[in-house]
Amino acid sequence: MTQISERAAAPVEAPARPADPSAAESTARSAATAVTFAKALNTALADAMAADSSVLMFGEDVGPLGGVFRITDGLTARFGPGRCFDTPLAEAGIMGMAVGMAMNGMRPVVEMQFDAFAYPAFEQVVSHVAKLPNRTKGRVLLPMVIRIPYAGGIGGVEHHCDSSESYYAHTPGLTVLAPATVRDAYLMLREAIASPDPVVFLEPKKLYWSKEVVDLGELRRAFEDGSAPRTIGSAVVARSGTDATLIAYGPSVPTAMAAAAAAAEEGRSLEVIDVRSLVPFDDETVCASVRRTGRAVVIAETPGFASVAAEIVARVQERCFHSLAAPVRRVTGFDIPYPAPKLEHHFLPSVDRILDTVDELQWEDGQ
Amino acid sequence: MTIPTNSDSTRTEGGVDTQLLPSPVPVQLIDHHGEAHPDARYALPDPQALLAGYARLISGRRINDQANALVRQGRLAVYPSSHGQEACQVSAALVLQSQDWLFPTYRDTVAVITRGVDPLEVFTLLRGDWHSGYDPYELHVAPQATPLATQLLHAVGVAHAAKLRGEDTVVLALCGDGATSEGDFHEALNFAAVFHVPVVFFVQNNEYAISVPLKNQSVAPSLAHKAIGYGMPGERVDGNDLAALLSVLGAAVDSARSGGGPALIEAHTYRMQAHTNADDATRYRAAEDVDKWIPKDPISRLRTYLRGLSLLDDAVEEQFAAEAEAVAAAIRVGLNADVEVDPQELFAHVYTQKTAQLREQADLLRDELSREAVQS
Repeated sequence: MTQISERAAAPVEAPARPADPSAAESTARSAATAVTFAKALNTALADAMAADSSVLMFGEDVGPLGGVFRITDGLTARFGPGRCFDTPLAEAGIMGMAVGMAMNGMRPVVEMQFDAFAYPAFEQVVSHVAKLPNRTKGRVLLPMVIRIPYAGGIGGVEHHCDSSESYYAHTPGLTVLAPATVRDAYLMLREAIASPDPVVFLEPKKLYWSKEVVDLGELRRAFEDGSAPRTIGSAVVARSGTDATLIAYGPSVPTAMAAAAAAAEEGRSLEVIDVRSLVPFDDETVCASVRRTGRAVVIAETPGFASVAAEIVARVQERCFHSLAAPVRRVTGFDIPYPAPKLEHHFLPSVDRILDTVDELQWEDGQ
Repeated sequence: MTIPTNSDSTRTEGGVDTQLLPSPVPVQLIDHHGEAHPDARYALPDPQALLAGYARLISGRRINDQANALVRQGRLAVYPSSHGQEACQVSAALVLQSQDWLFPTYRDTVAVITRGVDPLEVFTLLRGDWHSGYDPYELHVAPQATPLATQLLHAVGVAHAAKLRGEDTVVLALCGDGATSEGDFHEALNFAAVFHVPVVFFVQNNEYAISVPLKNQSVAPSLAHKAIGYGMPGERVDGNDLAALLSVLGAAVDSARSGGGPALIEAHTYRMQAHTNADDATRYRAAEDVDKWIPKDPISRLRTYLRGLSLLDDAVEEQFAAEAEAVAAAIRVGLNADVEVDPQELFAHVYTQKTAQLREQADLLRDELSREAVQS
């Protein structure tokens, strides 16, 4: 199988989070710098490997090259070829070997080079990674992380841009995470590696080179002393608003943030929820927001049919029906194979399409 | 089989290392008449070891018969029998040390029990109580695999982890002839060879994958010949000859333990019964074909051999039969007792901590069951 595109998108700014006073203080102490999403992941891997000798990293081109996206840059040099290494080019092999290593005392982190190249490993993921702990009544735990560069918006050729989260989220036994910020990239990967359960860790390719001012040393301390809030199973309010809630995750969060900023200029206050933990899903945070605003739009790159976005819509309507002033809507990719680079902008949720959908939330009918 | 001293030695300039190739015919140390034949490479096991192995064959045959009966009585949902393959089953367990791992398939119940796992815990799977019933860490036996060849990669991972920690562990991974067609078989052998990890792949070629004969799976000279493609040694052995199996598997395990890397062993045997009780083998093979294998039975030849050495007489045979009957009786009694499975366990092991959604669903089922209990 060939991997044609090693290129990530041009840098985009990561969405800003509401200022956290403690973060501002640490910024004032000047250790905070502009850090890329990729660097945060790389640092999280290095910190996890330094903290626990059972943490291993392997996959295709993750050794001396440092991964096609350089997420594993420097790990082989620092930790040796026994800790970070290249495997034969076979995804089921990578996944199945990781299962055995996790059975036998290791905490493997594997990289599937691209979303659509993870499919050869699908049987191992669905039939063993997800089921072995349950099959053995928890006697065998699989503390392993499956890192998948995923989703589009990078002008990639076919098989390099799939939003595959719904396959994994549909499979009981998997924790499925999709960070959208540099801070979460670090903290969620550390938490994923520390989890006793297997985690599918979805890294939005188009955000790899996005930057955020963070203090990685402070994040490391906060994670390692337990003071960082847990991210697994926890959604966050990325922007506060009062008129409607945009619910997004991974690559769609910056788009939702941009839509909320544009709406504000038009006098409409949109709240943005960054789901970030697809499984377990944080019904509480999502529904609390929708009950406050009364309207919701779910945004995701994935084809909408039978998707995580569809699940979120169903959950919100089941739980918030009497708080809703309009049907919950979706802005997702079309139900088509991921398009060629020159056409992908038609497919991806855009600020305009989000704002058009918000406009259709039956504002004239009350509230 | 000559074991290379390191992984680099298997590739030679301008040709292949033919020492990786298996014997032209399967290694046989005791023929089906019970006569021993010396082999330059493989020593005949100690007679006392063969006598102990014979006792396990008797027990294994009895377990197969008992499990088939329990299916007919509705006590087991299904049973893939290893009748006729007991020598493979017993040898797979006996060549391992306590720190080693066994990776069995659904047809390897006798191997798992021979390794020492409580038969009632083994039959948890086939009685339908849970998908696996024993603690894999207690005796280093992985759950019996139902998908084909996927477990071979797990075996490679277990061995790889052990190697990284410098442990003295060998992993014996079982599969059938049909499983050699799966991609995971290829990936497992290749990974094992590239990482030079201590795994012995043991293929029980019983000539059928449900209804499909071996000639429709592979036209390789033998399944063991596939090994050279991965740069590991392959060997073929008479799968109904316990002596040859113990010697050939034992050599491969010893080699793996001493850093010789992985090996592929193919045992030529035959599935004497249908795939499971749900299968009708008369639709795809003739009774005469099955009958040809009756004289090759693994028990009868070893019985003749041991009687010839005067190690086996009627009294010892009665003793072995009584021991086998005790195992069967314990299985019968255990499986005739109805075990209550707590439905709340359905939610307990999906994640180490129940998600909010699973807590809701567990409560829903609990409420349903409590309402049913009130009504009844």
